[in-house]
Amino acid sequence: MSGERLTIADYPLAEKRPEIVRGKRGKGVDEITLQALVDNHVALEDLRITATALRQQAEIARAAGRATLAANFERGAELVDVPQDTIMRIYELLRPGRAQSQEELLAAARKLRDEHGAKGLAAFVEEAAAVYERRGLFKKRF
Amino acid sequence: MAGESLIFANRWKRFSDWDERPLRLDKFAVEDAENGFASFTSRHDPKPGLTFGSGAVDVMDGVGAPDFDMIDTFIARYHIDPEIAPEAMGIPSPEVARMLVDMNVPRRELVRLARGMTPAKLAEIVAQLSSLEIVFAYSKMRARKTPGNQAHVTNAKDDPLQMAADAATAVAFGFDEVETTMRVARNAWSNALACAVGASVGRWGTLFQCSSEEAEELRIGMAGFTSYAETVSVYGTEKSFIDGDDTPWSKAFLAAAYASRGIKMRCTSGAGSELLMGFHEKKSLLYLEARCLCLQRAMGVQGTQNGGIDGAPITCTVPGGMRELMAENLIAVWLDLECASGNDARPTESEIRVGAKIMPFLIAGSDLICSGFGSILKYDNSFNPSLLNGEELEDYLVLQRDFEADGGLTPVEETRVFAIRTRAVEAISAVLEELGLAQPTEDMKASVVAASGSDETRSYLPRDVALISESIKERAITVVDVIKALARRGFAEEAENLLRLVRLRISGDYLQTSAMVRDGRVLSAINDPNDYLGPGTGYRISKARRDEIVAIRDVLTREEVLRAESVHKAAESKRISYRTIGPAAAGGDTREVVIGISPAFGIKLFQTVAGHPLSTLLRELIAGITEGGASARVVRMKHTADTSFLGLSAAGLAGSGVGIGIQAKGTAVIHQKDRLPHHNLELFSNSPITRLEHYRRMGANAAAYARGELPEPIVVPMRGEAMGSRYHARVSLIYAIETELTSEGAVPEEVALVFLGDAA
Repeated sequence: MSGERLTIADYPLAEKRPEIVRGKRGKGVDEITLQALVDNHVALEDLRITATALRQQAEIARAAGRATLAANFERGAELVDVPQDTIMRIYELLRPGRAQSQEELLAAARKLRDEHGAKGLAAFVEEAAAVYERRGLFKKRF
Repeated sequence: MAGESLIFANRWKRFSDWDERPLRLDKFAVEDAENGFASFTSRHDPKPGLTFGSGAVDVMDGVGAPDFDMIDTFIARYHIDPEIAPEAMGIPSPEVARMLVDMNVPRRELVRLARGMTPAKLAEIVAQLSSLEIVFAYSKMRARKTPGNQAHVTNAKDDPLQMAADAATAVAFGFDEVETTMRVARNAWSNALACAVGASVGRWGTLFQCSSEEAEELRIGMAGFTSYAETVSVYGTEKSFIDGDDTPWSKAFLAAAYASRGIKMRCTSGAGSELLMGFHEKKSLLYLEARCLCLQRAMGVQGTQNGGIDGAPITCTVPGGMRELMAENLIAVWLDLECASGNDARPTESEIRVGAKIMPFLIAGSDLICSGFGSILKYDNSFNPSLLNGEELEDYLVLQRDFEADGGLTPVEETRVFAIRTRAVEAISAVLEELGLAQPTEDMKASVVAASGSDETRSYLPRDVALISESIKERAITVVDVIKALARRGFAEEAENLLRLVRLRISGDYLQTSAMVRDGRVLSAINDPNDYLGPGTGYRISKARRDEIVAIRDVLTREEVLRAESVHKAAESKRISYRTIGPAAAGGDTREVVIGISPAFGIKLFQTVAGHPLSTLLRELIAGITEGGASARVVRMKHTADTSFLGLSAAGLAGSGVGIGIQAKGTAVIHQKDRLPHHNLELFSNSPITRLEHYRRMGANAAAYARGELPEPIVVPMRGEAMGSRYHARVSLIYAIETELTSEGAVPEEVALVFLGDAA
């Protein structure tokens, strides 16, 4: 991303700033046409959001006064390249009684940080681990 | 007759009548905060309060940080803005309440203050507002300016053909979002695919979701079939949350996961869920909901599906329940969340309560007025019936027209709906065939296009659908395959529409607060912010939009009324002829009754509102007069079309002093010379229910008055029909034709009738 900060004037990006909107493999909106898709030049991969786009939307959200929404987009940006199964495993682990100890969650946090560079989410999972410990959530429920 | 002479009763029978009304199927609960049945206040609700120690929240709403449960902890860390909190918490609640309804205080300022307020503070403030004030504040505080609406599209068989047809129909009626779910969990993939195809017929941009198990829902979203999710539920007590099998952190993680897949997401919460789950902590419904909503803002979701939702029915059993549902919606929008404002789970069997429930939202507007308007029939709604359903959709369209309020829907012509349903069924059939999933027959297709609901279809059953659905999942079919299949089979427009929707993901524009797609553009709280600051500001219906809203079907026009009359004219010309003899003089026969007909009677108008040909009516009147021992003379009045004056003028000409005045629409009066115009002998004002026998008896009674007798007046029985709503539009158009033919001072004309044909 360039150094410029996006503002609400840049929104919607697809309309106001089409030149910075790119799919997962770099294709712009104007390249993702029906013909291109029929000709197999466009795949589902090209229709996925990128971490860049999420961070851009976070900037816009922040400019609109929505800091918590921006933070969610930033957490989302960290998950863009995390495989679905990993996401679902960590989600499952965060549900009550799935992890039997704080350590299981801390291990998931390490995986997020070390393997996926998801620093923000790692801290978020560590925070959950501490709260779950205090509230007694590490026990079997079923 | 013994035993019938006296009535023994210990009950006013009106209560028995009331027992039979649908309302009595609703059960109501006594207010009982100790057991969770309190809408706005409980003595167990905390007093608002917030103190900070070493940069973090120390005490919030009476609970110290060490005792915070998970919800408190999350709210204190992520919702409370320490920069704003001292100022926000310091303003007395009554003052903030007044700011909410003060049109001069901008939304922006109130949204800023909410970031520094605790749940108890927010609840305390909105509790001070009356229902009217809540609705007004809601209208001012909702995030996006343009209102929208969401449909449920499901069917009892999970039939993909019907799913596609109904999705296309919902899109045609203007819904901005379509939500589906299924009867059988395995059928999720088929439902999602079918709705995605159906929703691409006619126009593009309707966001679409398939409510299912969390992991499955995310997978379906990743395959590109869905564009949003809203079933991420949160609860206001820790124990409910845990029983809901989640925590604020697990849900926030899921929210981030949806964002990472470019899928729009909102949470769900609503009053009554904690009560239903048995962990209400004796707190009021509103306070618990304030916690849910602060939590959602803290999680960073863009919006909420809120307003009771599945808890709406139980909330509506409590005094103030409906007001509470509006109050929690107000907190949601005040917290700057998109609000899909409930009005879904049907909370009552009373149609009056249904209408009352929707009205505030219809006039205030909402991001999504219903978070599931049942666009299908009640029995086809796999979520359970909604507040409003396929059965009542036209009522809603008329309410929009009545109040000139934009409820997000647009009337669609019958032929267009049929064409769209046909196209949708052809499109989904092509996709199923092309992808080797199924081979729908012509009979199946035809049955679905015409069917109002799944009872009438001869199409797929849940087991057939399970095979289709599992095949989609196993073969990892994605939206790209579907778009290609559509294109290959000549559905280029639908392929393009579906691609456009999926392509929205790349920019993520529709992840922002209150985003929807209108006319090919993403509209959200950012580029379409609610800027209400009094009359003339905020959302106003444009001329073009108003034209759409008012265009309901079967609207009467003057041309239509005249066209109908010209058809009757041909028939009447074979039955009767009216020959004008000349100016009518006063008669000398004391047994004479004069029938004063109106100016257009038999000239421009030919049958009564009840559908009686005027020739037949005259025949009956004359027969009655004759049977009553009097003679009849017919006079056409040209100076008036008013019943009373027709009758009085006729009476003045009659030798007996008794006349009958009759308008072409069938309204009649028996009058007597020298009476005041509106003080007649007998009036027959309800022409739509006046039968021929009544006209005959009217003739007989007129004859009796002519003989100086006092007959039993004729009462045309009515059963409370809303005559005005049924007939007044037509009657006014007809009456205008009469009054056009009047001219002041015109003298009455003697008319000779010749009855033609059979019994002349």
